[in-house]
Amino acid sequence: MNWRAVQAIYTFEMARAYRTLAQSIVSPVLSTSLYFVVFGAAIGSRITAVEGVSYGAFIVPGLIMLSLLTQSMANASFGIYFPRFTGTIFEILSAPISTTEIVIGYVGAAASKSIILGVIILATAGLFVPLHIAHPFWMLFFLVLTAITFSLFGFILGVWADGFEKLQIVPLLVITPLTFLGGSFYSISMLPPFWQTVTLANPVVYLVSGFRWSFYEIADVDVSISLAMIGLILGACLVTVWWIFKTGYRLKS
Amino acid sequence: MAPVISVSNLSKTYASGFRALKNVNLDIARGEILALLGPNGAGKTTFINIVCGIVKASEGTVLVSGHDNVTNFRAARKEIGLVPQELTTDAFETVWATVSFSRGLFGKPPNPQFIEKVLKDLSLWDKKDARIRTLSGGMKRRVLIAKALAHEPQILFLDEPTAGVDVELRKAMWDTVRRLRASGVTIILTTHYIDEAEEMADRIGVVNHGELILVEEKRELMRKLGKKQLVLQLHDTLDALPPALASHKLELAQAGTELIYTYDTQGERTGITALLKDLGEAGIRFKDLHTTQSSLEEIFVNLVKRPT
Ligand SMILES: Nc1ncnc2c1ncn2[C@@H]1O[C@H](COP(=O)(O)OP(=O)(O)O)[C@@H](O)[C@H]1O
Ligand SMILES: [Mg+2]
Repeated sequence: MNWRAVQAIYTFEMARAYRTLAQSIVSPVLSTSLYFVVFGAAIGSRITAVEGVSYGAFIVPGLIMLSLLTQSMANASFGIYFPRFTGTIFEILSAPISTTEIVIGYVGAAASKSIILGVIILATAGLFVPLHIAHPFWMLFFLVLTAITFSLFGFILGVWADGFEKLQIVPLLVITPLTFLGGSFYSISMLPPFWQTVTLANPVVYLVSGFRWSFYEIADVDVSISLAMIGLILGACLVTVWWIFKTGYRLKS
Repeated sequence: MAPVISVSNLSKTYASGFRALKNVNLDIARGEILALLGPNGAGKTTFINIVCGIVKASEGTVLVSGHDNVTNFRAARKEIGLVPQELTTDAFETVWATVSFSRGLFGKPPNPQFIEKVLKDLSLWDKKDARIRTLSGGMKRRVLIAKALAHEPQILFLDEPTAGVDVELRKAMWDTVRRLRASGVTIILTTHYIDEAEEMADRIGVVNHGELILVEEKRELMRKLGKKQLVLQLHDTLDALPPALASHKLELAQAGTELIYTYDTQGERTGITALLKDLGEAGIRFKDLHTTQSSLEEIFVNLVKRPT
């Protein structure tokens, strides 16, 4: 392993986040706070507690997942798309580094950033509602695994995209609706039976449900199914990345 | 000595179906400066990019110090530094950060003294904390060279390093190349400027339509293909060549004031002695004479014009 190369890429990507601190940290924290004000305080006060958890506290895991998914994707996709766009990718391609090392560098940095962000949002949420974390280990486990999985997904997106529009369209048209409809703000049991079934086709439901379980021990689906689901997505992403590098897809002509 | 780079049967067909390289075979000796000359679109960049691992070969193999550049890419790429044709740099990083990054990418431990030396050699030291986007084009080119040298490569590729570069930078660049060569680095460069190849290179390869049509020691190339001309400035104007001189390959120029004799430097005999004797017998006197040798440029133009 060329760990120095991994470190070089990782440090470079982290430095990029530091330069754009406002964009990477301040804006998600701000928007999360706004969610709390609107959903937690204004609307939440009129919504009864869900399975014994106040509505404000109920939405915390979902809100963190929402940021985790979108930020992991945004970070990772931009991280690899930008060098392709400017042409500086030539250096990565001509360096003595393996595909695994490239992925660890870029995806590792993107995931680190969104994990830090997740923790910051959690702390921010603590200012608004009393937090209770029943299974801290599993909470971190879901946090880290989701960050890695969706950073990988973002990496794939950044390799696939051939313009800034495409880079934004997938998060906007696919991921945002899926997260909003993924039970971040409600329990699936609140839906009519038909929609409960439809919702189960949305992978985000499993992520939010598992993550929420680690906080309050309430879940829409069994936590083992949540774990299996995230493992499945992770596996699919890994296979795709492996295929990309094997074929040189969009990276090498 | 085993070649430092050995390319065999290398071909490239792009996804568009365009055949950019056709069965290229080339051995590059350690420590030499090889110049690749060829018109735009000849395939020079494609060749370099394949050797460096940026473009995949369609057929053929590339060995770098004996290591296959696909199956043993780590060992192969470690030795190579590349200065690309396009000015592709980061924008927001500092010069120091981007050059250190390159060293790290190639797996070398940090060495601030070495990077300091590289930056100083390229007159970049006072810009080390400047963000790259604030630099001029010439400075960015220097940054790219510094990045390529950051991991102390044994082989350096320079893809049109002096295209669109001012005279001062061009000079600085060639000083760098000479210094590197003196330290044993093998250098492969492409250029449009034939005088550059003529001045710098040990060997010259000519690429046209994806084919390496010739590789030759520069001196050998000049000798083989170079025609020499003897120009005689006449004392008295001539209206026509006297029949007595018809057996010589002569040309009357400058409105009859000059005689030009073209001969092959490669030939057994130049025929100059016989010519001068015949001139004397024909009573033609001349005030001055000089010889000229065709430049690489002429050689090159003749080569690429040749029907393939
Ligand atoms: N990615 C690509 N896809 C299709 N054709 C390409 C690609 N890159 C280069 N070419 C073509 O291959 C030929 C050789 O290009 P190049 O190697 O850049 O030549 P040179 O460096 O000698 O000017 C050109 O005709 C160019 O248009
Ligand atoms: Mg070129």
